[in-house]
Amino acid sequence: MTRVNTATFSLIMVAIGVVITLIAHAIGVDYLYFASYTILQFIVLATAWNILGGYCGYVNFGSAAFFALGAYSSVFVHKVFPLPVPLLIVVGALVSGLVGLGMGYLTLRLRGSFFAIATLALAVVLQTLVVNWDFVGGSRGAYIIRPEFLEIGSFKIPYIEYLFILMLALAIIALITARTIERSQLGFGFATIRDDELAAEACGVPTLRLKLIATALSGAFMGMAGAPFPYYIGYLQPQSAFSLEYAVNSIAMPMIGGTTSWVGPLVGAVLLGTAQQYATVTISSAVNLLIVGLMLVAFVIIAPNGLVGLVQERLRRKRS
Amino acid sequence: MDISFDLLINAIVAGLLLGGFYAAVTAGISISFGMLDIVNIAHPGFVILGSYLAYYINIHLGMDPIVVSIMMLPVFYALGCLIYQVYHLSFEKRGQDALRGLAFFFGLLFVTEVALILVFGVDYRYVEASYIGPSIHVGFVDLPLRMLVPCVAALILFGAIELFITRTFTGRAIMAVSQDQLALQLQAADPIKIKRIAFGLSIAVAAVAGALLIIIQPVEPSVGREYIGRVFAICVLGGLGSMPGTLIAAILLGIVESLTATFYGPSWAPAVAFGFLLLTLAFRPAGLLGR
Repeated sequence: MTRVNTATFSLIMVAIGVVITLIAHAIGVDYLYFASYTILQFIVLATAWNILGGYCGYVNFGSAAFFALGAYSSVFVHKVFPLPVPLLIVVGALVSGLVGLGMGYLTLRLRGSFFAIATLALAVVLQTLVVNWDFVGGSRGAYIIRPEFLEIGSFKIPYIEYLFILMLALAIIALITARTIERSQLGFGFATIRDDELAAEACGVPTLRLKLIATALSGAFMGMAGAPFPYYIGYLQPQSAFSLEYAVNSIAMPMIGGTTSWVGPLVGAVLLGTAQQYATVTISSAVNLLIVGLMLVAFVIIAPNGLVGLVQERLRRKRS
Repeated sequence: MDISFDLLINAIVAGLLLGGFYAAVTAGISISFGMLDIVNIAHPGFVILGSYLAYYINIHLGMDPIVVSIMMLPVFYALGCLIYQVYHLSFEKRGQDALRGLAFFFGLLFVTEVALILVFGVDYRYVEASYIGPSIHVGFVDLPLRMLVPCVAALILFGAIELFITRTFTGRAIMAVSQDQLALQLQAADPIKIKRIAFGLSIAVAAVAGALLIIIQPVEPSVGREYIGRVFAICVLGGLGSMPGTLIAAILLGIVESLTATFYGPSWAPAVAFGFLLLTLAFRPAGLLGR
């Protein structure tokens, strides 16, 4: 791989983002916006999961919980004091990041599997809290009326296009962050934790602090992905926000793509996301989830390093 | 709130009965997670699978769900052995069991749930048996047979497992493999075989737990998820791999959940297990009777 520094990479990503926006605008079909919003959302979730799961080796089963935290903090803020969506994303990031930090602090000092179990249980408990909290809609759910258009002065675009652009920007930020981490001292610290935590600790790597950074960062990105969700869906229900679909997809996508680099979650999310959009329309949503589950099981057994790993191996063989 | 004495006692008794049942659900996890260090988060998925098999045979052949589950034991045992074999070859042997093993079991849980939804739909299913409905009254205390029968069955099962593990050769080998695999190997026993037997046993227990679950409450495919928090909370609170600890923790959680449901409403009950789990992890990670 050629060496590209972070600034150039960011510029390339932003340029790609602008091109995608222009193409989408030229086509101008609403369905396209809805479908690609979902795929972009999965890119953010998968990348966020990978920061903790892929780089540090700590499995988070509670992606849905962090996602829903972002979504519900939007609902809460919307009811108290309506803010523009970009600020809601910041709020969502703060709330989910803090919860991630707290969870991490309680469980990361112990064996790795405790963290995984605790995240799994966190989803159930947060759902219980939301179901019992009438202010944000309780079990009945909450409506957020999405405006037809976003108007700033004379500038006017369809709201769904606005949400799409926001999510695109988030995906780009997430990918740039992930790539930067990978190449920084932080990333090497994460890798030592993944490979041998005890040895890393003995060599003076501040493992707990690094793990907490990863948890907070990963949680914050998941919250960001969730924050615009109520506006996208229009009617937010606990079942849809805490859907296991998010948890399983944000694990399956990096696992299928490859967990060691930022490319993996991107490839996994685009492939799996597109396939699911297609399958949901043509077959049924339950069957497409079954396919995701089976693919996850198959990939962890057969191709432990994902698609990126398979490609790298092939390249290496060609060279030798 | 006006807490009447009758209500309190009834809630505690209901919690005791519930706790006995929780012990049966957790017994499998105590073996796989506590002793073998295999984080089988798909365990509740197998419990629900057991529920649905009991339901299916009960509805079509009219057999008692507990009898069905005992007949299912060999099938689930074989299934468990098969899963362990796959797990061992793909993860344990390659030394990647932590991350990918978890993802593997998570995938299994998810596939079981979605497959059950595709076959049976998301409706609640229930079984029919003569002891579902009537209760015994002892003074002002109600003992619904729907709860009492599963509790007694669970305790018998739990006792049988405890006896098996502490008294038989294989059972002691399972304890040994949880402590020092190499030492067992030096005694000329095959640790992989012992682990396979133990894992098969833990899945077989899930079949019985599933049948008990569908006697206690109607079941739909996603019920399993509620049990993930519960079983791991009980397992951790009891102390990993300690069967008596598991029983105590199960009954404790049953009582606290029942009290919560009675005085604050049933929709809060799932949060109790998580509170237990977090508190235990924060203050006493070794559990009540941990080594």
